[in-house]
Amino acid sequence: MTTMTAAQAGFMSCHACGLLHRPVGPAHDLVCTRCGAALHTRKPDSLKRTWALLIAAFILIVPANLLPVMISGSLFGSETDTIISGVVYLWVDGSWPLAAILFIASIAVPFSKLIALTYLLLSVQRRSTLAPKQRTRLYRVLEFVGRWSMIDIYVAALLTALVQFGGLMSIQAGPGAIAFGAVVVLTMFAAESFDPRLIWDPVEATSGR
Amino acid sequence: MADRPHEPDAQDLPEAVAVSRRRFTPQLIWLIPIVAVLVGGWLAAKAILERGPTITITFKTAEGLEAGKTKIKYKDVEIGLVKTITLSPNRKGIVATAELSKQSEEFLREDTRFFVVRPRITAGGVSGLGTLLSGGYIGIDIGKSREPRRDFVGLEVAPIVTGEEPGRQFMLRADDLGSTDVGSPVYFRRVTVGQVVATALDKDGKGVTFTIFIQAPYDQYVTKETRFWNASGIDVSLDSSGIQVRTESVMSILVGGIAFQVESDSLPAPPADANTIFTLFSDRTEALKRADIIVDKYLLVFDGSVRGLSVGAPLDFRGVTIGEVVRIGVSIDPKTLVFRMPVEVKLFPRRLAARHFTGGTLAPLESEDARWRRMKQLVDHGLRAQLRSGNLLTGQLYVALDFFPGSPKVTIDLAKKPPEIPTIPGTFEELQETLTGIVKKLDKLQIEEIGGDARKVLASLDETLKGVDVLLKSVDAGLVPDLRRTLDTAAQTLKSAEGTLKSAEGTLSSVSPLQADLQQTLRELNRTLTAVRTLADMLQQHPESLIRGKPGPAP
Repeated sequence: MTTMTAAQAGFMSCHACGLLHRPVGPAHDLVCTRCGAALHTRKPDSLKRTWALLIAAFILIVPANLLPVMISGSLFGSETDTIISGVVYLWVDGSWPLAAILFIASIAVPFSKLIALTYLLLSVQRRSTLAPKQRTRLYRVLEFVGRWSMIDIYVAALLTALVQFGGLMSIQAGPGAIAFGAVVVLTMFAAESFDPRLIWDPVEATSGR
Repeated sequence: MADRPHEPDAQDLPEAVAVSRRRFTPQLIWLIPIVAVLVGGWLAAKAILERGPTITITFKTAEGLEAGKTKIKYKDVEIGLVKTITLSPNRKGIVATAELSKQSEEFLREDTRFFVVRPRITAGGVSGLGTLLSGGYIGIDIGKSREPRRDFVGLEVAPIVTGEEPGRQFMLRADDLGSTDVGSPVYFRRVTVGQVVATALDKDGKGVTFTIFIQAPYDQYVTKETRFWNASGIDVSLDSSGIQVRTESVMSILVGGIAFQVESDSLPAPPADANTIFTLFSDRTEALKRADIIVDKYLLVFDGSVRGLSVGAPLDFRGVTIGEVVRIGVSIDPKTLVFRMPVEVKLFPRRLAARHFTGGTLAPLESEDARWRRMKQLVDHGLRAQLRSGNLLTGQLYVALDFFPGSPKVTIDLAKKPPEIPTIPGTFEELQETLTGIVKKLDKLQIEEIGGDARKVLASLDETLKGVDVLLKSVDAGLVPDLRRTLDTAAQTLKSAEGTLKSAEGTLSSVSPLQADLQQTLRELNRTLTAVRTLADMLQQHPESLIRGKPGPAP
C-alpha cells in the first residue's frame, strides 16, 4: 500500500476546521490561518496524555467498584449498593435484561475500554503493524461506546434527585459514583487524546520503506 | 491552479501562521493520574485505617442473619457488618464473622454481649418492629470489664436491660414462676420501676430465681427490709378479718408482675446492694406479714379443740399481729392417754420494736437464747397464749398473747426447743366450760325425788281443797234461807219509806196553799223594794228634799 499521506508530504490539517496547511518551520507552534486553532501533524503528546489519563482511570476504577454508588435509606434501615451488588441484585431478582444492561454498561464497557486503550497504546508504542484496520475500528467503537458507561451515573443522579422523601425514603449518591463518573470521563478524554493516526504511522513507515 | 484541482500544488496551500512557542509543559497532564493516585490512596488509606477489629459471634441459629447484609448496631448506630456466616465446627451453632468499625475497639470487652434483634411481641410490649421488614440486626450491649475479647457467644434473646442503663439488679427466689415472665414489670407503689430481666430454674430444681432490674433512681427504694411479692392476678383471701381482694393493676393481671414495698412500720434500713437475694412472696399480705428478719418459734399446747385455727392464723398481741401459726399437731401422752393440741407459732419480735413510739424500750436482742430468756421473764409476769374467736361468722380463731396476772405460775422450760409458752383457756372455751359446769351441776340435782315430793305435796293440796269444798256446801245449806228472810223484811221496810217520801213530795207541789202564800209574799216584797229604789234615786238627785220636802215642778 503506497498511499501518500499528508504528513509524508509535509502538510498538516487543522483539527478544528480541516484546512490543510504547509508547515513553516519546525521551531514554531503553528496556528490555522482560517480558524486560529493550533496546528500539528499529530496530536501533541498524544501517547503521554492518553497514558496519564488512562492510569488515572485505572486507579479510580478500583474505588468506583468497591465503594457504594448509591445509598438508599428508608424507614427500615439504609442499604448501600456498589455497582456489582446492583447487578447481582437485579440478576437474583429476575430482571435479567436490566442486569445485563447494567453489567455491560457499567462493568464490561469501562473495563474493556481501559484494556483496549492500553492495548492500543502499547501497540503504538511498540510500533506494531499488526491489523491496523481492526485497531482503528476498535478505537472508533471505543470512542462511540464510552459515553454509554454513564448510564449508571445517570440512574444514580436521577434517583438522587427524585427520591427524596425525608425519613420515609431517600437515595443518595455514594462516593463510588464520583469515582465511577471520573473513570468514565477520564477514559473518554483518554480516547479523545489518543491519535488514531499513530496506529498507521508505523504501517506507513514500513510500507513506505 | 484552478484548472488542475485534482493536483493541488503544495505552494497553493495556505501557509500556517507561526506563533511564538509557548512554554508548554506536557507534564501537566500527569497531574491527573497523580490526583487519581492521591484520591485512590486516600480512600484506600481511609478504608484501611477505619477497618476495625474482626470478631466472631456464635449463635444457635443464623435466622435473620445474612452475610454481608446484617449490621451490628449500637444505639441504632451502625458499627459493623457481618461478613461471613459459617457453621460452627461442632455443628451446634453458627459462627458469624463481623467486621467492626475502628472506634468500636473499646466496646469489645470480656462481658460485652451480642444478640440478634428480632421482632418481639409480648404482652408487655412490642419491640424490634423495624426489623420486621429490614431484617434483623445484631445488637450489642457493652460490658464494663477491662479485659478485651474477640470471640463472643451471642444471646438468643435480646436482653431487656442493657448495661448502660442506670439502675441495679436484684435476685428474687420463689417457689414457682407463676405468670411472671421475662419483661414483666416491677411495681413500686404501682409505678413501674423495673422489669424482670431473667428467670431461671434453680439447679437443684427446688425453686426459681428471678433477676430483676430496677431503674435508677427507683433502686434506692430497695432496702434490706424491702419485701417483694408476686403482683400478678387477683388475690382474694378470706381470713379472720373478712374477705380481701387485692390487685396491682389491670396490666399486671394480664401479664403478671412483681411489686415491692417496705413495710410502713419497719425500721429504716440502708439500701440493698446490687444482686442481693430476696424472697419473692406469693402475695402482698404474706410479704408484709413476714416483714421480719428475726423469727422465733414457740410451741403452744392447747387442751381443747383448735377447730377454726388454721395455719397462717395471726398471733396477736393486743391487736398487733406479731406472728403466725405455722403448724397444728396432735400429741398424746401414752400413759394417761390425754390428747393435747400442740400449735407451733412463729413470732417476729421486731414487730413490736418497729411499733415503738416513744418512751423506754427494751434493747433489741440478737441471740435467740437471750430472747427466749426474755420470754421466760414475760411468762413469769403472766404472759399467756389464748385462743380467741376472730370472726364469729366464719368461726376463725386466732392466737392471742396477753398478760393474765392472776393466772397460775408456770415456768418455761428453755431446754425444750422450741420453748413452750403456757396457754390458758380462751374466752369461748371458758364460757363453754362454765356452761358445762352449770349443766353438770344441774345434772347432779335429784330431780326425780323432787318430782316425787312435789307430787305428794300436790296430792295433799288436793285433799285440802276437797275439805274446803265440803265446808262451803254446808255454809250454803245453813245460812242462805235466813239471809233471804232478812232480805224480804228489808224490802218491805223500803216500800213504806217510799210512801212517806211520796207524801212529802205532794206537800211540796206548786198547787199547795203553802206555795201560793209564799209567792204572794214575794211579790209584795218586790213592790216594796221598787218603792225604796225610787226613794233612793230621788234622794240622790235632790238630797235637800229630805229637809225641804218634795220639790215642786221646775219654774
